[in-house]
Amino acid sequence: MAEAALPHNVAAIYEPSLFGTYSKKVGMWLFLLSDSLTFGALLYAYSYGRLSTPNWPTPFHSGSIVNATIMTAFLLTSSLTMVLAVNAAARGNEKTRRLWLLATMACGAGFIVLHGKEWSNLIAEGLRLPIFPAVPHQEVASEFVNVSKTVPQFAATFFGLTGMHMLHVTLGVVYLGVIALRRKFIPILLALWLVAWLATPAYSPFHYGAHVLLIAALVCSLIMWLKPKIYDAADVEVAGLYWHFVDLVWMFIFPLVYIMSTKIV
Amino acid sequence: MEDAFQQAIEQRVAEEQRHHSVTPFFWVWGVLLVLTAIEVYLGYQNMEPKRMLSILMCLSIVKAALIIGYFMHMKYEVSRMKYLTMCSLVFCLAMMMVFFPDAFRILSLGVK
Repeated sequence: MAEAALPHNVAAIYEPSLFGTYSKKVGMWLFLLSDSLTFGALLYAYSYGRLSTPNWPTPFHSGSIVNATIMTAFLLTSSLTMVLAVNAAARGNEKTRRLWLLATMACGAGFIVLHGKEWSNLIAEGLRLPIFPAVPHQEVASEFVNVSKTVPQFAATFFGLTGMHMLHVTLGVVYLGVIALRRKFIPILLALWLVAWLATPAYSPFHYGAHVLLIAALVCSLIMWLKPKIYDAADVEVAGLYWHFVDLVWMFIFPLVYIMSTKIV
Repeated sequence: MEDAFQQAIEQRVAEEQRHHSVTPFFWVWGVLLVLTAIEVYLGYQNMEPKRMLSILMCLSIVKAALIIGYFMHMKYEVSRMKYLTMCSLVFCLAMMMVFFPDAFRILSLGVK
């Protein structure tokens, strides 16, 4: 009897949501809260090292700061385009929604490229982790001659923190790509993986890091094969929450890692 | 049936969002860019690290509040959602500050 009544009076049977919203969004918020603690721990570790080390290196000259500022502008702009995508999705405007999502992805990709350039420059100048492959014929810049011996936590925290964030941005771009283009994004992702893998030298950490795209392509294919669906306004909003979180984390990494280590001439 | 209920909530949320003007988002974006420019300016002032860290963290918290409030739509959520998520997050992050006095202790001792 109750079963027969269910379809006609859904709200009367089920209690209203405790948080006034749908489960997917609450789930994403819970994930983001747990991820905040991961980044929080990393940022506290970095701040601890920065405060307790009197001879902390300040290697970021104006070129690096300008680069990081442009990266920040890219992320902030991507957050704006993401909000516009969410708004277009809520209005049911499919074409505009897709265009804003692609604009967000373009800004995210710009961020990754600039960050990759920054990493490559620092590695070429001699800032590196012991796990990175040796760079052939490397001349260490004066800023980094003694850094690995006297302040080894600088490279560890820098690459750990920014690398973790870069991974999140990369996965965010993949996530938005799936929401915007669905199955059509998989061949694009595989092409990007191949380009990233072949275009980077064997000693670059990106040569191995590019495999994240291959793994992401496999996981996304599996998800879309197991649960094919058309992504609606709620999916765009939930993806937007993740994207804004990535932007939010950078708002702490940028001043802590770059501004606090600016080289003042 | 639960899916139908979720879809009903999703439609209501989307309906609410249709009425949000996009103008405040442009303002927030502009303010975030200005705050970033202030941070870069501060980077070139020869300040003591502890003071610099305090000022930069204050600016970052303002930026985070704007992103969470406007871009992540927390401003438009019900009070229960706002306070439960934000209070638990702030509490957990604040608990990690317990390590900082140790960092200052090492600094005052000097590196041995």
